[in-house]
Amino acid sequence: MGMTITEKILASHAGLDQVRPGQLIEANVDIALANDITLPLALKPFKEAGGTQVFDREKVVVVMDHFNPAQNIDSAMMHLKSREFAEEMQLVNFFDVGSMGIEHALLPELGIVRPGDLVIGADSHTCTYGALSAFSTGVGSTDFAAAMLTGKSWFKVPESMRIRLSGTFGRWVGGKDLILRIIGNIGVDGALYKAMEFSGEGVSSLSMADRFTVANMAIEAGAKNGIFPFDVSTKLYADEHGTRPYSIYQADDDAQYLSELDVSLDALEPLVAMPFSPENVRPASEIKNMKIDQVVIGSCTNGRIEDLRIAASILKGRKAAKHLRLIVIPATQNIMLQAIREGIVEIFIEAGGAVSTPTCGPCLGGHMGILARGERALSTTNRNFVGRMGHPESEVILGSPAVAAATAVTGIVTDPRNL
Amino acid sequence: MTIEGKVWRFGDDINTDEIIPARYLNITEPSKLAEHLMEDADAQFPSKVAPGDIIVAGKNFGCGSSREHAPVAIKSAGISCVIAASFARIFFRNAFNMGLLIFESPEASANVKEGDTIEIDPDKGLIKNLSSGEEFKVASIPPFMKQLVEDGGLVAHIKRGQTQA
Repeated sequence: MGMTITEKILASHAGLDQVRPGQLIEANVDIALANDITLPLALKPFKEAGGTQVFDREKVVVVMDHFNPAQNIDSAMMHLKSREFAEEMQLVNFFDVGSMGIEHALLPELGIVRPGDLVIGADSHTCTYGALSAFSTGVGSTDFAAAMLTGKSWFKVPESMRIRLSGTFGRWVGGKDLILRIIGNIGVDGALYKAMEFSGEGVSSLSMADRFTVANMAIEAGAKNGIFPFDVSTKLYADEHGTRPYSIYQADDDAQYLSELDVSLDALEPLVAMPFSPENVRPASEIKNMKIDQVVIGSCTNGRIEDLRIAASILKGRKAAKHLRLIVIPATQNIMLQAIREGIVEIFIEAGGAVSTPTCGPCLGGHMGILARGERALSTTNRNFVGRMGHPESEVILGSPAVAAATAVTGIVTDPRNL
Repeated sequence: MTIEGKVWRFGDDINTDEIIPARYLNITEPSKLAEHLMEDADAQFPSKVAPGDIIVAGKNFGCGSSREHAPVAIKSAGISCVIAASFARIFFRNAFNMGLLIFESPEASANVKEGDTIEIDPDKGLIKNLSSGEEFKVASIPPFMKQLVEDGGLVAHIKRGQTQA
């Protein structure tokens, strides 16, 4: 019986020839990740379980990205504990202000995650690394603590759903529109407990940046992971980022899928997800005269250099609407540097935008752009829940960097094709 | 063992931002987190909820962020268990790992009302609505998860494994 990509990675990391959906396994993890808000809750269970050292100083990765640079005294105190722990454990991959970037942009960029890896992270968007054809999934702090101690984690092998892509994206359409379309179709629990495996000839036309965006939001459909097949783009990316040897796992022809979904990339248009759910998806062109107070371009979903280039190409020579606050957050230090070198930062600043050091910040209502009562943001982030970016009576609309940039110019939700 | 308590109702797709908003994620003290439980959905909820109360919700409870602050806040507020039509997977895992009891029951989710008093018998797989007399089935807890609960959570489970090894 054939296996899916997810089943093959899980089997190999559990030392088994074969696994089946529903099977409980214990598997070795290649990387265990936490951040500045999830590491602190892991410290107590780690110590209680007798933890005096981590299973591998290189494979336990901590990125201080959510409330950093510290947004208030409580966060600063919390950061202090994490720094002390990293020092005590002599973590090799501990990233703080100056080296820190948004974790799910940083780890692939530095080659810390490699194709075929099994990754767990105490952050729900850990599923991002499926773009690299790795199995990666979000867990809580206690699971992270256990993995930090033992190098292992338990998994129930998920059923896989196959999403077959055909065609190519049209102008101003990209990975964000694709994943919003899928979530809009299947709902926020449409892939609950399942692996989302992407396949079909359309995959080859997706850039790695698009794949990261798509895999990143698999969790917004409830999925355990989202995973892409390894191809020439994956190889080029892996060769350019990192040196650790990696493994390639491809789905068997007779692999079993619970369901199939076909998506034609040609048929997609610029989309938005309206408050208060990522499944509340509408064409951007249908949203008329919807005033926006703040545009945020950044996050683990859409803060990569390719995203910034798209936004800059729209904002070049234009100004953000007078009433609107434009906030741009390159996801890592390297992306920031690249954006400066390419003149992209200059374009944002001349357009009236504020460009920030990397942080998750506004995406989760942490800092750097909290909304007031009654305010509305158009954001390239991944969640538009009640109060997600600030006041419980504020709103977030999700969209691509192209929709965000076009909206920044007009001050109302705008399809970039109509700018 | 049975669990009896008064019901608080919530709807579908309750996400962890609603359970505990991100602005409190720089708090690690469980009792302090409990002071903000569900406050964006109902600002008075933290003061209304009493030890032993039960949350009954719709589908996909605990979706979104992986923050363990969410089950920690629920448990610390004294909520004895959460019943939902279904749970988001990270929340499901977290709850068992840190010892919060959760039960899947689409039937109970569809029929139990706020203020009802219910009784759960996990061994029999039954929920009894003491206010209406109705009975509902509960999905059985997978054996591995049962072992986790019996051991007292993931940490104790690991410690136990280490002693045995």
